[in-house]
Order: sequence, then structure tokens, then C-alpha cells
Amino acid sequence: MASVTQNNFLTTKLNELVAWGRKYSLWPMPYGTACCAIEFMGAVDAVFDISRFGAELVRFSPRQSDLLLVLGTINYKQAPVLKRIYEQMCEPKWVVAVGACATCGGFYDNYSVLQGIDEVIPVDVYVPGCPPRPESILLAIVKLQEKISAEAIRPAKQSLTGLKSGGALRGSP
Amino acid sequence: MGKIIDCFKNQFGEGVLSAHENFGDETLVVQKEILLELLQFAKENENLKFDLLMDICGVDYLEQSPRFEVVYHLYSVSKKHRIRIKTKVSAEDCKVPSCVSLWKAADWFEREAYDMMGIHFEGHPNLKRVLLFEGFEGHPLRKDYPINKRQKIPEPLERP
Repeated sequence: MASVTQNNFLTTKLNELVAWGRKYSLWPMPYGTACCAIEFMGAVDAVFDISRFGAELVRFSPRQSDLLLVLGTINYKQAPVLKRIYEQMCEPKWVVAVGACATCGGFYDNYSVLQGIDEVIPVDVYVPGCPPRPESILLAIVKLQEKISAEAIRPAKQSLTGLKSGGALRGSP
Repeated sequence: MGKIIDCFKNQFGEGVLSAHENFGDETLVVQKEILLELLQFAKENENLKFDLLMDICGVDYLEQSPRFEVVYHLYSVSKKHRIRIKTKVSAEDCKVPSCVSLWKAADWFEREAYDMMGIHFEGHPNLKRVLLFEGFEGHPLRKDYPINKRQKIPEPLERP
């Protein structure tokens, strides 16, 4: 062991080193508007324990977090608020749409509800379920980590113009 | 017929178009022209004393003419009795007098009815949308509002 730690070095790529650091130190901010937020509380607790995945440091300010978890129904009136909160987060930043409402409006196919948050902000991982169980939220964290580890240090995605469909940004690394 | 209905009928005669009573719930259908006067009577008459406006709502009878109906639910805290007052509103002349001057509670009820149904309340001090956002097109609780209509997503407000 001594021979490994003394006067030795490892070679890697800068991208991979940065991604490795990022993916195990996500600081989530829950944007909870419905029952999905309760499931997220379940994911944080001692039974499911989101800290096993390095994402336990929940912040309630967008300026201190890099993972936006949208947990619940977003209506048209809230859409600009969500967008403003996303804009306030520092790069690099990621978004997880948790539950049927955040991904596609769910069963709220009506006059007031946004049919998926990808109409206003780019989404990295979608979680199905109404509400999803805590395991699903943990799976989303793992999937996001896979995505981050494949991600290069990239230019900021600050510009949100032309996002209406969300198609271009959906699933892009 | 109940005593409350008789009280209104004696005062307004032909102005009360019809009245009915069911399981102790008394209902009046009145002319739009005398509505405000009748509501004021309901509030101030010694035997009625309807001091609490519980709700105002709009109803859309799409196939009927006149198309809309505005419903007032009144309660008397001191007398412990209730009345429901309805008035018909046509789609062409879709307005009724505001009763904010009688009950302050009417303010947001009338704004809600305007927001959802597009019924105008004349004399309201601030008749604008209360639940939906500025820039919303249409009135979603009207029966002819398209069920899958989508709105333009509002932009964040500019920083002051």
C-alpha cells in the first residue's frame, strides 16, 4: 500500500475526472408542488437514503444547488416562476422531472396545467409514476449520474430560446 | 311557501319571476333589473337581515336562452336562515350589477365569476382575473371552451 500512495500518479482525462467529481456531489433542490414531493421525502429518509448516491445535501435555494427536482403539477401560472428559478441556478445544472404531472401534465389535461415542464426548461431525466416510489427517484439519480459521467465539460445551456417543444434538448448528453 | 319567499314577493311582486322550496332550501329567480335593489332589501330588511354573502357563482346553460345564470347564496348570522337568489343573463348582454357596495365579500366572488365565465359585473372597483393569469385567452368554465385548448405560456415578470 505504501508503494501505491508514495510518489505515484494516475492518469485520466480531465473531463472524466470532473464528471466523476460532479456525479457524486449533486446538491438537489426540490421544487415540490404535489404528492411527488412526499415521495422525495421518503427517498431522503433513512430507509431509502439518497445519501448512498451522494445527493443528500438538499438545498432550498437555487443558487446553492445544481440539481432541480420538479416534484408535482406545474400550471401555466407557475411556469414563469419555475423558469426563473432554473435561470437562477449556476452551471453546471441538471433537471429531473418527477412524476406524471411534471413529465407530461399527467391526468391534468385541462386549461390550467402545463403539459410537461420541458415546455419551459430542459429536462435530463424523466421519472414515470403517479407518484413514483422512492426507488424510482433513486433510479433517476443513478441514471443522471450515468449521464453526467458521459458528459463533457460543456458550454453553458443558459439560453432557453427556441425551447417550446423541448425536443432538441430531450435526452441530449 | 316559506316566510322568506313571501317577504320578497310582497316587496317586489312581478320582479320575482319564480320561487321554489325544497328540503328547507328556498330559492328565488328574479329579474336582472331589480337585482341590486332586491339584494339591498335582503341585507337591510329587519326580518331578513342577510348580512353574510356566502357565494356568487355563474352557471352556463349553453343550449338555453338566456344562456347564463348568476347565483347568490345568502346567509343571516343573526336569523340563521338562508336564501338562494338566481338571475338570468344573456350571452349578448352578459353583465349584472356589482354588489360590492353591499358586501365586500362580493369582490373576489365577482372576479372569479368574471375570470371563469366571462360575466361582467358593472360597478366593480377592480374587475380583473383573480385565479388565472393576465393574458389568458377565453373563460375556461364556459361550456364552449375547447377542452384541449392550450394557452401561451406567460413569461417571467421583468425585474424591477
